[in-house]
Amino acid sequence: MKHLKKALALTALMAAVNANAQTELTVYTAVEAEDLKKYAARFNEDHPDIKVNWVRDSTGVITARLLAEKDNPRADVVWGLAGTSLLLLKNEGMLTPYAPKGLEKLSLKFRDRDETPSWVGMDAWMAAVCVNTIEAEKNNLPMPTSWEDLTKPVYQGHVVMPNPNSSGTGFLDVSAWLQMMGEDKGWEFMDGLHQNISRYTHSGSKPCKMAASGETTIGVSFAFRGARLKEQGAPLEVVFPSEGLGWEVEATAIVDGTDKMEAAQTLVDWSITRQAMEMYNEGYAIVAMPGVAQPVKHFPANAEELIIDNDFGWAASNREAILTEWARRYDGKSEAK
Amino acid sequence: MSVFDPGKSSMIDSPSFSTPATRNWPTLAELRRRLTDRWVFALLLVIGCVVLTLLVLAPLYTLLSKSVENKAGEFVGLENFAHYLSSGGIESAFFNSLWVAGLSTVIVVSLAFMAAWALTRTRLPFTGWLRGVLVLPILAPSLLPAISLVYLFGNQGVLKSWLFGAEIYGPIGIIMGSCFWTFPHALMILLTAMDNADGRHYEAATALKASPWRTFWTVTVPGARYGLVSAGFVVFTLVITDFGVPKVIGGQFDVLATDIYKQVIGQQKFEMGAVVSVLLLLPAMLAFIADRYVQRKQSASFTARSVPYRPRQDRMRDAIGALMLTPTIVFIFAIIGMAVYASFVTFWPYNLQLSLNNYQFGRMDGGGWGAYINSLKMALGTMLIGTGLVFFNAWLMERTPQPKLLTGVFQFLSLLPLAVPGLVLGLSYIFFFNHPDNPVNGIYGTLFILILCTITHFYAVSHLTAVTALKQLDQEFEAVGESLNASRWRVLFTVTLPLCLPAILDVALYLFVNAMTTVSAVVFLYGHDSQLASVAVLNMDEAGDIAPAAAMAILITATCAVAKLIQGVLRFWVDRSTRAWRQGME
Repeated sequence: MKHLKKALALTALMAAVNANAQTELTVYTAVEAEDLKKYAARFNEDHPDIKVNWVRDSTGVITARLLAEKDNPRADVVWGLAGTSLLLLKNEGMLTPYAPKGLEKLSLKFRDRDETPSWVGMDAWMAAVCVNTIEAEKNNLPMPTSWEDLTKPVYQGHVVMPNPNSSGTGFLDVSAWLQMMGEDKGWEFMDGLHQNISRYTHSGSKPCKMAASGETTIGVSFAFRGARLKEQGAPLEVVFPSEGLGWEVEATAIVDGTDKMEAAQTLVDWSITRQAMEMYNEGYAIVAMPGVAQPVKHFPANAEELIIDNDFGWAASNREAILTEWARRYDGKSEAK
Repeated sequence: MSVFDPGKSSMIDSPSFSTPATRNWPTLAELRRRLTDRWVFALLLVIGCVVLTLLVLAPLYTLLSKSVENKAGEFVGLENFAHYLSSGGIESAFFNSLWVAGLSTVIVVSLAFMAAWALTRTRLPFTGWLRGVLVLPILAPSLLPAISLVYLFGNQGVLKSWLFGAEIYGPIGIIMGSCFWTFPHALMILLTAMDNADGRHYEAATALKASPWRTFWTVTVPGARYGLVSAGFVVFTLVITDFGVPKVIGGQFDVLATDIYKQVIGQQKFEMGAVVSVLLLLPAMLAFIADRYVQRKQSASFTARSVPYRPRQDRMRDAIGALMLTPTIVFIFAIIGMAVYASFVTFWPYNLQLSLNNYQFGRMDGGGWGAYINSLKMALGTMLIGTGLVFFNAWLMERTPQPKLLTGVFQFLSLLPLAVPGLVLGLSYIFFFNHPDNPVNGIYGTLFILILCTITHFYAVSHLTAVTALKQLDQEFEAVGESLNASRWRVLFTVTLPLCLPAILDVALYLFVNAMTTVSAVVFLYGHDSQLASVAVLNMDEAGDIAPAAAMAILITATCAVAKLIQGVLRFWVDRSTRAWRQGME
């Protein structure tokens, strides 16, 4: 009993000392909630003196929140947010450029191209098509293998995709199609696809979730979600269309104005270490450091060859025009059916 | 409810007119005391206005002012509006919003009126329990009906055939979902309006040999008309500003509220989001003015001479009452039941094995039990602070002499939050409370700002309930009090508060359960140590963990149900003691 008390007192003391020595970082993220504990724990294995306080939400909400907090930023670091969002923040002057240790080991595609980059990449999430095998069989649908397949009349009313005006995943698809096929062909393809779409959703993971529960047969979504749902037991086939896949980098950055610069830099340094890359690789098939990635369950082994040469600059500067044109063509029309 | 009530206010302003036969002229000292009193009361209401301005108007201004600015923050006049109106699709979104909200309002108010009638004008047994069941929808996070509706009527739904080939994704889903979650709001207002009926009117009707049907149209409906208008106004505004239901189940059916979501969350265009928010205020504003116009003539229905109405034995009428309640209760049970079932299913619809696994929140992420505790704290804080604030302000407005203009301003401020979508309110709070020059910016990211935001978000209906209850008390209570030289304060604590306790308990419960379930505004405001259970539900659903999301939603619902039970017991006790009090008075 006495020992126990002593031990308890000691632990309490140590905890107190620990708490005092710790720097707390407020980290905004859009990484899956289930992965956050793992990320922080692995980081703490190397840096027990920095405590990561997560604030997590979906990409759109976290980005809106960061922008709204512009005058008085609350986050010290952003760890795990879409490159497009970070580009927005960079243009608003909200990021502190920093060249973390080991920057040279990252693939050029996965970092801000400035000499001292404003953000550095972690991994890529890429487009994928979730197909419900049970419903496909029920409806006698062949397994699609390409984007072009999805415009075939046989799939009419069986496809769901995210609205690019609400969802980053939706925009990633549209931008990839326009880049791969060229503007005219791209819109022509979408006209064809539109004929088969039963509805557009406001969230990028929703189409895959709908496919998983049989609410639709085919959901245009992203690979990570498809793989996770399949792992949970959904009767899904995750299809990677042969023409190529749109993708987006997930990245880390320091928020301008942080008063914990040293700790923030430590975190960003760690976020691109080999260890970190291996950790990202547990859920994502493509990571920012070449040569690290091992094949991931439910992902294709040649994932890196499937993704297109995405021109983020082009996508960012044409975003507004693309979205307006998209809304003009497809928004609100389909109710007439 | 009513804003300007000239007849009434002049009556309290000059007490000598109110009960002329029995009054003596007050002495000069007495008059002076009253005059100071009036100043104090007016000052207190001014403070109330300032508080609401800080909680509603100032934050809103920071966001809505962006509607006339470009991205760089320069003033551009109505350019954004022109741009938005010319972008097309707006007509359909505006029209869709109007007819969906309109139809939902008609359905909800009819059902709620039928239910309120059955609960207050018949002698059905177990009304306490029935009331409990009927408010169940308000106890559930908004995602719960969405999950249930898909499981019931979706492509794999068990009742899909009932839609005759129509799709749940679209207006049908939006209307069903909206009806589900707004029903208790309407019911609460109608019950408050109908609970204290004056038995003498019914006695008169019986004496005049009016048929039950005629009595219904000449006594019951007119007595409830202000409640009906208010309920309609509230439901319409709630539906038109809500983006939760249309986002989850509306498919690509465009409404104004989802347009805000597209602009702000999808494209980070705050200025365009502000434009749509302003447009969204218009129909809500119209409803507000219409409500004000109709409410003008309202006067107390429950006077000092009233006799509480006790329905007589009538089997036939009770049977009709039961019939009126049935569709609503069946619908509510179907939705909640389906969600309970969903929370046990391993993987809908392909592995229907039942298990308790989904209730192990420790293993799930999105905050787990910690988030649940935070939610409890937040809800209790909202309840305590909110109820006090709402009731005191409503009392100042209704039961003390106030300049007309001031009550008008106050009424406007307290109803304004109703017309503000949660998403807009949340963002406004960032702009306002996180501003470096705001002296209280330290509260940003704490539980306290979540409490403030939630009180504001749900202020309007709480205010309406409190005002409805206060209005039903005869102004003579104060007049008599004054003649007995009892101050208004004393009347407040000895008469008004006890008589209003049922309504106060209603408001407290309303704030508690809404704080437990709310998502749209708080999603922008929680910090790393103030995650909430309702947000966790959303996150888990987003991650595809539908069953654990349903489980957490059920846990929240169960917690709210316990709160409702406690409130029910308290209410029963209060009802009994005030009944004794009332009878003692006669």
